[in-house]
Amino acid sequence: MMYNFAIDPLLTGKVLWTPLLIVLLKVVVVFAVGLVATMLMVWFERKVIAGMQNRIGPNKAGPFGILQTLADGIKLFFKEDLIPERSDRFVFKLAPYLAFVPAFLTFAIIPLGGDFRGDNDGLVTWFGQQTRVQLADPPIGILFALAISSIAIYGIMLAGWSSGSKYPLLGSVRASAQMVSYEAALGLSVAAVVLVSGTLSTSGIVARQSSLGNWNVIVTGIVPFFIFMIAATAELNRPPFDLVEAEQELVGGFNTEYASLRFALFYLAEFMNTVTMSALIVTLFFGGPQPISVGSLTVDIPIIGNAFEGTIWLLLKVLVFLYIYVWFRATLPRFRYDQLMDLGWKVLIPASLGWFILLAAQRVGQDAGWDRYVVTIATVLILLVCYSLLALAQRTSENERKRDGVMF
Amino acid sequence: MSEFLRSYLVVVWFGLAAFLVGSLLLGISALLRPNNPTSEKLLSYESGVDPVGDGWSQSQIRYYVFALLFVIFDVEAVFIFPWATQLERYGGFGLVEMAVFVAVLVLGLVYAWRKGVLRWV
Amino acid sequence: MFSAELLIAQNIGFFIIAAVMVVGALRVVTTSNVVHAALWLVVVLAGAAAQYILLAAEFVAVTQVLVYIGAVMVLFLFGTMLTRARIGAESDLNNKNWFVGLGVALALLVAMLIALRDGFGAEKLPADDPLVSTQTLSDQIFGPYLLPFWALSFVLLAAVIGAIVLARRD
Repeated sequence: MMYNFAIDPLLTGKVLWTPLLIVLLKVVVVFAVGLVATMLMVWFERKVIAGMQNRIGPNKAGPFGILQTLADGIKLFFKEDLIPERSDRFVFKLAPYLAFVPAFLTFAIIPLGGDFRGDNDGLVTWFGQQTRVQLADPPIGILFALAISSIAIYGIMLAGWSSGSKYPLLGSVRASAQMVSYEAALGLSVAAVVLVSGTLSTSGIVARQSSLGNWNVIVTGIVPFFIFMIAATAELNRPPFDLVEAEQELVGGFNTEYASLRFALFYLAEFMNTVTMSALIVTLFFGGPQPISVGSLTVDIPIIGNAFEGTIWLLLKVLVFLYIYVWFRATLPRFRYDQLMDLGWKVLIPASLGWFILLAAQRVGQDAGWDRYVVTIATVLILLVCYSLLALAQRTSENERKRDGVMF
Repeated sequence: MSEFLRSYLVVVWFGLAAFLVGSLLLGISALLRPNNPTSEKLLSYESGVDPVGDGWSQSQIRYYVFALLFVIFDVEAVFIFPWATQLERYGGFGLVEMAVFVAVLVLGLVYAWRKGVLRWV
Repeated sequence: MFSAELLIAQNIGFFIIAAVMVVGALRVVTTSNVVHAALWLVVVLAGAAAQYILLAAEFVAVTQVLVYIGAVMVLFLFGTMLTRARIGAESDLNNKNWFVGLGVALALLVAMLIALRDGFGAEKLPADDPLVSTQTLSDQIFGPYLLPFWALSFVLLAAVIGAIVLARRD
């Protein structure tokens, strides 16, 4: 009988220090990268939106004001922390963690780099050990991300409830209803990706998007990407779906009663989620760390090794989406709550379901060797029928509203 | 199997690290910040006037229906995922299997729509 | 139980999680605030998910989190937050018949123990149990268990219609 007391089940046999060291290194590095990326995102958003509004934006702390977030953070350390007397103290203190920790956890399953070219499958060799540039690669990776994003609702919901104040409560009820509404559409558009990839693991999904024509955004036919993008924006409570903190109506929303670093945790979580969601979009639809390649032509960054190049590609792609998020904020006016719910339930969910079934049917048809033209024509016809049905339903419900004398 | 558990342990460690960093930040801040609560500061915020009534207020039941519909579609999604990975093997019959399931659930959505519970105003 | 030799870490994990679950379950019924009770229930459900992972059934675990913690408990919290969820202790959460409930719970426990003993007895899980792959699970659902799967869709439909009838404004 062996007496190997070990927290790590891999240590039951011979103790292998290298894998353990790599894991530890990964945890620290990914964590640090996540935190720094979040702080830079805050700066990036302020700077870009300032540019879009013809302002200068932060420019005093550090070069280009890049240290502004740090300065703000330090300021928050010295702020008095108030816990309202009518609050539920325990839940009030718990809620920031429930927002902060899940925000980090999603980062664990995103492939952050690695060489996916040829037969490499994303594996890199560090210290003579084959590993992925990814914290964990469970076979159900993408479901893990969805599960974490559904847990993130708790932080917002409980923060609002435990404050013992009306604005936060209203804000949190709104927020959680919004998040659950769009979570359904989010899941269904991910299902389309899973359908074409045939795997739930994030590294597997990336590995199948080797060239530009194989990127899931094209293979799934763009619609799931748009649905995912809209649903993700709503899930993040970012403009134009930021009804949660509609200042004119709800003051600050669910975190009105929070001050000092407890507030900072919510704030960090929000931006962290934006970064991870962008990374998730890139992973699902735009090939993650894969380089851009058309046919046999691959855009290669010289000098840098292939494994590290993946990280750079990921970074570039994520930056595009971060920019789009800021762009949304600068250009789109906020939705009204009824419009928000209508968009979620009457457009996105039916559309994503319909598209998913259609995609499935098309793939089955392809495998069974049906005539390609017949399949295409049938697809287009079904699409048209579905679209007109949906439009008809919208029209009817609009007419009903008018009849009932609703103003809008 | 141990390889499998190991990847989850890494996730647990990662979560724990996030929790510890959060508490560390709060701990440092607790040492640095002033603490001078007065009864006015601890009142809940209602745009500057004294708070009226209880801090809790009843909300619309409509929200509840949306949460319930979400449960339905969440369950649906959970079944769709494993099916989607295996569709190639299931072929046409698999498609019919899922189409029936989805159709029944869509009936629920259509019913909700017809009865006007998806309508906000 | 696992065969003991190589799986000490798993066994320790199992007992820690089990202890947390038991404490959580007790707190669900003893706490004097509805929202706190719901949160303790979340702890119990999360513990169950962790146990599934220890059993190498990760799809079941993630389903547990997605459906129970992410959807059903959110629904619970919603229901209580919308109808009655005041902050602080509430005195009328317990009623006089609580000991009947205790009796029923104990009877249920005994029944379950007998059923488990009868069903599995001294059976042991193999120590090198392979991962329960999502594929196996999916083959089961869309093969022999197709009828229950379809029946489930009707159960869900019934739930939606019931809730809408109750919640409608007229």
